[in-house]
Amino acid sequence: MKAVWTIFRRELRSYFATPLAYVFIVIFLVLASVFTFQVGGLFERGQADLQPFFRWHPWLYLVLIPAISMRLWAEERNSGSIELLMTLPITLLQAVLGKFLAAWVFAGVALALTFPVWITVNYLGNPDNGAIVAAYVGSFLMAGGFLSIGMCMSAATRNQVIAFITAALVGLIFLLAGFPLVLDFVRAVLPQAVVDAVASLSFFTHFDAISKGVIDLRDLTYFAALIGFWLTATALVLDMKKAE
Amino acid sequence: MITTKNLTKRYGEKLAVDDLTFTVKPGEVLGFLGANGAGKSTTMRMIAGFISPTAGEVTVCGHDVESEAVAAKACMGYLPEGAPSYGEMTVGEFLDFVADIRGLRGEQRSRRRAVVIERLELGPVIDQVIDTLSKGFRRRVGLSQALIHDPQVLILDEPTDGLDPNQKHEVRRLINELSKEKLVIVSTHILEEVHEVCTRAIIIANGRIVADETPSALEARSRYHHAVSLRFEKPDQLTAAIRDIAALPEVAAVESNERDLRLTAVPHPGARALPAVSAVIAKNGWEVPELHLESGRLDEVFRSLTQARSSGAARRPAEPPPGIGKEGASV
Repeated sequence: MKAVWTIFRRELRSYFATPLAYVFIVIFLVLASVFTFQVGGLFERGQADLQPFFRWHPWLYLVLIPAISMRLWAEERNSGSIELLMTLPITLLQAVLGKFLAAWVFAGVALALTFPVWITVNYLGNPDNGAIVAAYVGSFLMAGGFLSIGMCMSAATRNQVIAFITAALVGLIFLLAGFPLVLDFVRAVLPQAVVDAVASLSFFTHFDAISKGVIDLRDLTYFAALIGFWLTATALVLDMKKAE
Repeated sequence: MITTKNLTKRYGEKLAVDDLTFTVKPGEVLGFLGANGAGKSTTMRMIAGFISPTAGEVTVCGHDVESEAVAAKACMGYLPEGAPSYGEMTVGEFLDFVADIRGLRGEQRSRRRAVVIERLELGPVIDQVIDTLSKGFRRRVGLSQALIHDPQVLILDEPTDGLDPNQKHEVRRLINELSKEKLVIVSTHILEEVHEVCTRAIIIANGRIVADETPSALEARSRYHHAVSLRFEKPDQLTAAIRDIAALPEVAAVESNERDLRLTAVPHPGARALPAVSAVIAKNGWEVPELHLESGRLDEVFRSLTQARSSGAARRPAEPPPGIGKEGASV
């Protein structure tokens, strides 16, 4: 646990050592506001809730989370520091976990900085704050899901652009699973049981439930399992192609 | 103690490391030599536990590098090729990070930190971001990282690459100091380094060991072992000497360079040419400002071992072979 903590601290500090962190946070906040107020029409709806705010999160994450995750391993590989990290007395899983948690907490910081929106609706009316907390939790979990996918893609390449594009693509598939576009494609080649399985993998289905204020154990399990799966995949990918 | 047993690494069809078996004991400084691409770095990476062997095993301090990876890595210090580090960190932050991961605590932590900073003279740059440092400093940061936990075993992949002659000298002095109580493996393609720091040299070519000896034993393999080199003042004396020395029964061949008036008398294997050569000089009264007895030329041995097929090329002296740095073995 000590090793995870050490790597976590180093990683998190490295975000703020470069302009990346600040640029990311500013862009995230600007885009979140634009979608909430301009596109979502928070004021025009006349309802004291944050639906227009959370509705856009999956799409924001789809584009912005790969920007965090792309560097996680691709950069280590490119600079050669992966060789240093992998020859320190830690396990692969500790390294993966430390890096993931740092990225996740960073995404969490960006998410937490959207708090003025929350204050705004509380100032204007009486929203269901329990539901809003639940939606924040769901949004944070979904960010973790996108991150774990992006991390695995980053582990597979030394090129950050490729890591970004593949992460966005796989993220899109997970987002759209459950939408006819993806399901029709799957139905054409695979049996119905698989089609149902794919449909239940959709980020939307699970995030939608939580963002309405319903925290269901199944949705939590879904995100936990998803993150666990992609982190394990990351470790396997790294083990296979550490030196390439 | 490091033991490798039938260590093999295969990349697809290409055999990078082919069945290496050797043991290194504490107090030894093993020089790992080979042309670029011979499998030096691949072997070091397998010993350090960065890549897994296709077959065979490595044991470091009694721990198998594959099955007891964390214990094996804990007793090793490793400088990867090119000395990578985290460029956005300052030197101090980077050392703190490695010390934490290595489990150093409290008083011991601050003492070891101070020791490596002093030994590698990192004091002036301790608060500087690593990316802004010169190549020499970055190499030293890499070395300090490998030394901070005072490991029993040190694996250094080209530790002097890219350093200026003064820094090279410093690093060699450091390795010599450390070798008293530690086991050190150094890879290099600079042959003069072998003489200065190593107690033993392994030459590998195409992933196989072609020689495993002390540096002096390697030099004794050279055809220049016990050769006599002379420099003349006058061209006519050189011409006469070429004729007279070649006629000596102990001398197998004479190589000369008319431009700088040098001559090398290569003896028959096992013979000693020096007494006879000195006698001829004295008899003819030649002016010879320089005369020395060669112990052997490592570059020539290296070349004949690593490119066995093109041994004819090894005949020309005083020209470093391709793949060896400009400062190859002294001539």
